[in-house]
Amino acid sequence: MMSVREKFDGDLIELQNKLLEIGRFTEEALTKSIIALETQNVELALEIMDDDTHADLMYEEINDFAILLIAKQAPVAIDLRRIIVAIKIATDIERIADFAVNIAKATIRIGNEPLVKPIVHIKEMHKITLEMLKLSLEAFSDEDVEKARNVALMDDEVDDLYGQIIRDLLQINMQNTEFTAQITQLSFVCRFLERAADHVTNISEHILYLVKGRQYDLNNH
Amino acid sequence: MNATIVKPTIEAVMNHNNSKQSAKAIVYKTSGLNLWYGENHALKEINLDIHENEVTAIIGPSGCGKSTYIKTLNRMIELVPSVKTSGTIEYRGRNIFNKSYSVEELRTRVGMVFQKPNPFPKSIYENVTYGPKIHGIKDKRILDQIVEESLKGAAIWDEVKDRLNENAFGLSGGQQQRLCIARCLAVEPDVILMDEPTSALDPISTLKVEELVQELKKDFSIIIVTHNMQQAARISDKTAFFLNGEVIEFTNTDKIFSTPLDKRTEDYITGRFG
Repeated sequence: MMSVREKFDGDLIELQNKLLEIGRFTEEALTKSIIALETQNVELALEIMDDDTHADLMYEEINDFAILLIAKQAPVAIDLRRIIVAIKIATDIERIADFAVNIAKATIRIGNEPLVKPIVHIKEMHKITLEMLKLSLEAFSDEDVEKARNVALMDDEVDDLYGQIIRDLLQINMQNTEFTAQITQLSFVCRFLERAADHVTNISEHILYLVKGRQYDLNNH
Repeated sequence: MNATIVKPTIEAVMNHNNSKQSAKAIVYKTSGLNLWYGENHALKEINLDIHENEVTAIIGPSGCGKSTYIKTLNRMIELVPSVKTSGTIEYRGRNIFNKSYSVEELRTRVGMVFQKPNPFPKSIYENVTYGPKIHGIKDKRILDQIVEESLKGAAIWDEVKDRLNENAFGLSGGQQQRLCIARCLAVEPDVILMDEPTSALDPISTLKVEELVQELKKDFSIIIVTHNMQQAARISDKTAFFLNGEVIEFTNTDKIFSTPLDKRTEDYITGRFG
């Protein structure tokens, strides 16, 4: 059947592309944030903070565009869900971009004080979170429910690592209190990554809602 | 002053809630309905239950059979030569196609409002009293009362009460349509059929008629054919989607407009064809 809403179909694709764009930007910011932390590169951290305005602008643009589409096209059913879900996913992604900024700020606070130990586990946590974000964007773009569910399962690994790293850091702190400031910052970084992974899980839920038309709770499975 | 507030008992509340949940009576039961215009098979195996005090919307692209269906419900379709039907339509339990069923009796119970407002070239007052007079009501006091109640029921009383003797053609299109609804209410029908009642009206008049439909469903059962899908979404409880003479999907309006089951329904309501 020939579509009679070509312009609207084009607009929906544009909305999706804008979302993938802010998603890719956030992936990059998150990647840079851990490089900055590991290499104690304050300059790179500052750059991440500066660049965040770009994510904020893209987020606003997605919202404005979505509102306009609702106002002009009076969408229903899957069309309406596509737009509402775009707004929700954009909110989660923007929040993840903020966590990259938070990690950058922690890097600046630690400054050039030698790290109490190599951040192997934090990097592992980061790697999984980043992978989750990448997969969730693929799942969104392909409307792949299976992939979205798998992403949510990966969140358990992040949670486990989070518990383990926090215990390690507390242990170090008990043995040597002069690094308390740094250990606090590293704990924050872990918390930011753990929260970022939760927001990716939210994205998975939104994808399920988009495709199935009902709410799923993947955070407490 | 001496009024006391009686708190409802728990049982009363429960019963009330239960009665709310219980299924509403069926006004129209359509079973295996087929209709042909000569060789053209316009309605195919239609099965639909229409419940009382609900608004049932019929949607679908041009030529899908929705107007044919609604005109079958009051047997107006018989005016078209070469129409043949099979199957049954029961109105309140009686098959309307039975030879013994008089069409006059059916149309007293089932009023109709058309796409274009069609008031008689008479005064506003006479438009409303036309039906009741045919039914033998002559008492001026009763007729006055019917006029006031019907015009109030159609949400037009305040706009016309001071010019009841003026010609109905002096009213705006939206007012004429509400007058036609008042004319329909004057004979105290059970069901009101509406065939695209707002398609010739401006947006504000459209919203007024939509508001009115919400009020009317408390006392009547309403079946509305509409091209305006947002209208169906706004005002109806159930929606039937017709396509090529078939009912593709018939369910709660909220369901149809959020998660329809059939791809063709989804394509239609999201404007991908039609």
